[in-house]
Amino acid sequence: MSSRDAILQRLRHRTGGELTAPECDFSVLNRPEWSTAEKLDMFERTIESVHGEVHRTTESGWIDRLAEILQTRGAGTLLIAKEHEIGKALQSATKSREDLPQLLIYDEPVESWQEALFSEVDAGITSTRGGIAETGSLILWPSVDEPRLMSLVPPIHIAVLKASELYTTFHHAMQSQNWAAGMPTNALLISGPSKTADIEQTLAYGVHGPKELIVLVIE
Amino acid sequence: MVDPIKVYPAKPPKVYFYGTCLVDMFYPDAGMAGIQLLEREGVEVIYPEDQTCCGQPAYTSGYHDQARAVAKAQLGLFPEDWPIVVPSGSCGGMMRKHYPALFKDTADEVKAAEIAGRVWELTDFLVNVCHIRLDDLGEPTTVAMHTSCTARREMGVAEVGPKLLGQLKNVNLVEQVRAEECCGFGGTFAVRHPEISGAMVSEKVDTLVNTGAKEFVTTDCGCLMNIDGYAEKNHKPVTGQHILSFLWERTNGDGSKRS
Amino acid sequence: MSETAQQSPHHIDVKEFHPRARAAIHNPQIRQNFRKAMDGLMTKRKSAFEGWDLETLRDLGANIRLRALANLPDLLEQLEQKLTENGITVHWAADGDEACEIVRDICVARNASSVIKGKSMVSEEMELNHYLEEQGIEALESDLGEYIVQLAEETPSHIIMPAIHKNTEEISQLLHDKTGTDLSHDVEYLTANARLQLREKFMNADVGVSGVNFAVAETGTLCLVENEGNGRMTTTVPLCHIAVTGIEKVVPNLEDVTALLALLTRSATGQHITTYFNMISGPRKADELDGPEEVHLVLVDNGRSTIYQDDELLDTLRCIRCGACMNHCPVYTRVGGHAYGTTYPGPIGKILMPHMVGLDEGRHLPTASSLCGACGEVCPVKIPIPDLLVRLRQESVDGDKLHPAKVRGHGAKRSSMEAMIWKGWSWMHARPGMYRMGTSLGARFRKLQPGKFGGWTRYRTAPKLAARTLHERMKERSQ
Repeated sequence: MSSRDAILQRLRHRTGGELTAPECDFSVLNRPEWSTAEKLDMFERTIESVHGEVHRTTESGWIDRLAEILQTRGAGTLLIAKEHEIGKALQSATKSREDLPQLLIYDEPVESWQEALFSEVDAGITSTRGGIAETGSLILWPSVDEPRLMSLVPPIHIAVLKASELYTTFHHAMQSQNWAAGMPTNALLISGPSKTADIEQTLAYGVHGPKELIVLVIE
Repeated sequence: MVDPIKVYPAKPPKVYFYGTCLVDMFYPDAGMAGIQLLEREGVEVIYPEDQTCCGQPAYTSGYHDQARAVAKAQLGLFPEDWPIVVPSGSCGGMMRKHYPALFKDTADEVKAAEIAGRVWELTDFLVNVCHIRLDDLGEPTTVAMHTSCTARREMGVAEVGPKLLGQLKNVNLVEQVRAEECCGFGGTFAVRHPEISGAMVSEKVDTLVNTGAKEFVTTDCGCLMNIDGYAEKNHKPVTGQHILSFLWERTNGDGSKRS
Repeated sequence: MSETAQQSPHHIDVKEFHPRARAAIHNPQIRQNFRKAMDGLMTKRKSAFEGWDLETLRDLGANIRLRALANLPDLLEQLEQKLTENGITVHWAADGDEACEIVRDICVARNASSVIKGKSMVSEEMELNHYLEEQGIEALESDLGEYIVQLAEETPSHIIMPAIHKNTEEISQLLHDKTGTDLSHDVEYLTANARLQLREKFMNADVGVSGVNFAVAETGTLCLVENEGNGRMTTTVPLCHIAVTGIEKVVPNLEDVTALLALLTRSATGQHITTYFNMISGPRKADELDGPEEVHLVLVDNGRSTIYQDDELLDTLRCIRCGACMNHCPVYTRVGGHAYGTTYPGPIGKILMPHMVGLDEGRHLPTASSLCGACGEVCPVKIPIPDLLVRLRQESVDGDKLHPAKVRGHGAKRSSMEAMIWKGWSWMHARPGMYRMGTSLGARFRKLQPGKFGGWTRYRTAPKLAARTLHERMKERSQ
């Protein structure tokens, strides 16, 4: 008998007999209805408590703010998506202004440029599928256009979040977006920059992933 | 799975007093103090003569048949419907929490569960059933309190001791750091794993000494024996007493101290 | 560090708990490292749950796990089917050895010579690193704590914080000796150096091996909880990702994960959430630009289906591996993780490891507890750990045919002398007249009481019998 069948058989023919499944009441996860402003305040507080940086901006002002942020950090290159409106807006903006870093488009399989991705990219910008106020989390579903490593390898990750897409809890976000109907190959909650406390409980940022997480909130 | 919420009975005319073997042999004063406190509250105390031990030492050592035989001998001691009060979180916990499991699928299952439901830790009973009011007649003093792990976690009475001490106007209660941490007694654990138990009790005594209190009180004789025994052997400037003895001495009016 | 801790788990004799515990207790550095860390973790947990109805949340956690266990075989099949549909290959392993062979076979098929690892306690159970090295495949840990422990040729001393037994100075020295990093107490600097060294490894590794925190049956999703990003690297950069997990980690619905995650991170490190919650439901699709082209899941039994048979022991399988029980354990805090000599230390180790190594090997595990109940009090899924310890004590001293063996090594600790003592004790305490006579005699002749009681009086004075028992005083009173 294969291990699979042996394991399943042992589990099915329990000597203790059949088990009854208890009811699960998720109402303890419910939160009162919060306004967008309240959710944003909460989000800002929670993500800043774990070293994330929040910039409130607008549909028309975010590129200016981004340019400022990247300039203060001396970023020379910014990884963008090809098709997403964020990438497109940046591509068109860079034609008429000089304060943006060099734009790199993630449009080749990683194998063809892995070395460069790991060593030459200073920042990456991605969209989000919303945020979670209670835990200060960003929801990312990497895609063909915005691959997984965009938010992981560059030392600075910039995420664009629409304030209107903030949810109070993870539970609420998942239910509202009906995740159970189908998940992408990879989905992420990101709450702050990469960190570790493995050396004597002392926090250090940027251990494997980004050292900085910057959220541009479009109000 | 959820612990049933405690529903305290109305103050009864009588209670059964289950003294526990440690009190019986080593700390009878604490037992007498508990009995006298109850009587002063107008409760008649019935002391079943045939009581021995709740069975816990064998139970926690894994000798359940032997524990059951001893526990079974206790089941017949409480024929009337009076509450059973115990001057110990540990023995109280054994009877209240573990008797039902110990007698599960035996002829005594129903009886054990019925008795378990009547068991109360004595200080809890004084506060929440008798609604005791204490009049402090003692000299000003500072004490620390160690609530036993079973009193805290099995019987859920961590707030009771401080409440009682809070009624004593001349008593300054100070809290040691990591008050909720075990003192290292654990019954046979102290003998099977002496170094670990020793390390635990030495830290417990240090935290008690660091409060500046010269005396501490506790809900359980096991902890008392452990902490006080360590302090005595190592000449630490703190001595312990069962909380019941302490309460009685400070409020009984005849000025009698521990014998 | 005690010498024993530096041995590979293969050479650790679990039975030798006492000497290891003693060594740790007399090592001020170990004592201080653990005390400081555990104090911090307890405080953080407490504040992380402020404002929550924690009891109700723990009830939910327990019910979610119990519901999953109640349907375990069906859920495993559903998980397998969904994962397969999603393009993830599912493997089943009866024990650690078989799981190791599965991983090796995948590596061999891919011609892989190097493996990068994310944190996985099941791979520790399997002793995977050791096995792969023997097969000529390099296996490198990438979680900073695991990396430190691997460099030191040790095993993790905590399931969440593997290198918690070491302080900055010790780690600095280690990194200096093994990797040439400058001696420094600057944690930022030490971390940055490790980042550099490991990034190189991520790029070149052929296979990434990770654990799984929750496996969701309804969507075929593997969830990983982490802070560093090494888990994401491990599962994204190499072209092949192998996840290993215990068969109990499956839950029916994605919704279940929200509650378990809320409990897990707060219980473990006092975080509202970790930096990354990584949900993997498939390999790279044809048009995607990164991610592994192959994803495997190895479902490991290793004793779990045996634990599953018994209604009481079953609760052991609820565990979500948060480590809160060890953070709050006064014994663990005193002896540290290595003293146990087992993959999982602390209270969860004491109730889980006897099933894996047997009650003969693990004879001291269930007794090394004062049954203070701190572990059960903080367990996010309400595992009655003290009750299970008592149950295992019972299993290890039971010797008669009345009690069928449920645990490997059943009765291994039974000594006829000890059994006789308890029988005698029971005989006397079940007979009130005998008991009264015995205790009265004790009181009368208390001056003859021995002054020494083994381990007890090494640290304390002997208990003092009272001049008259309470029984005698009450008798006198009633006359």
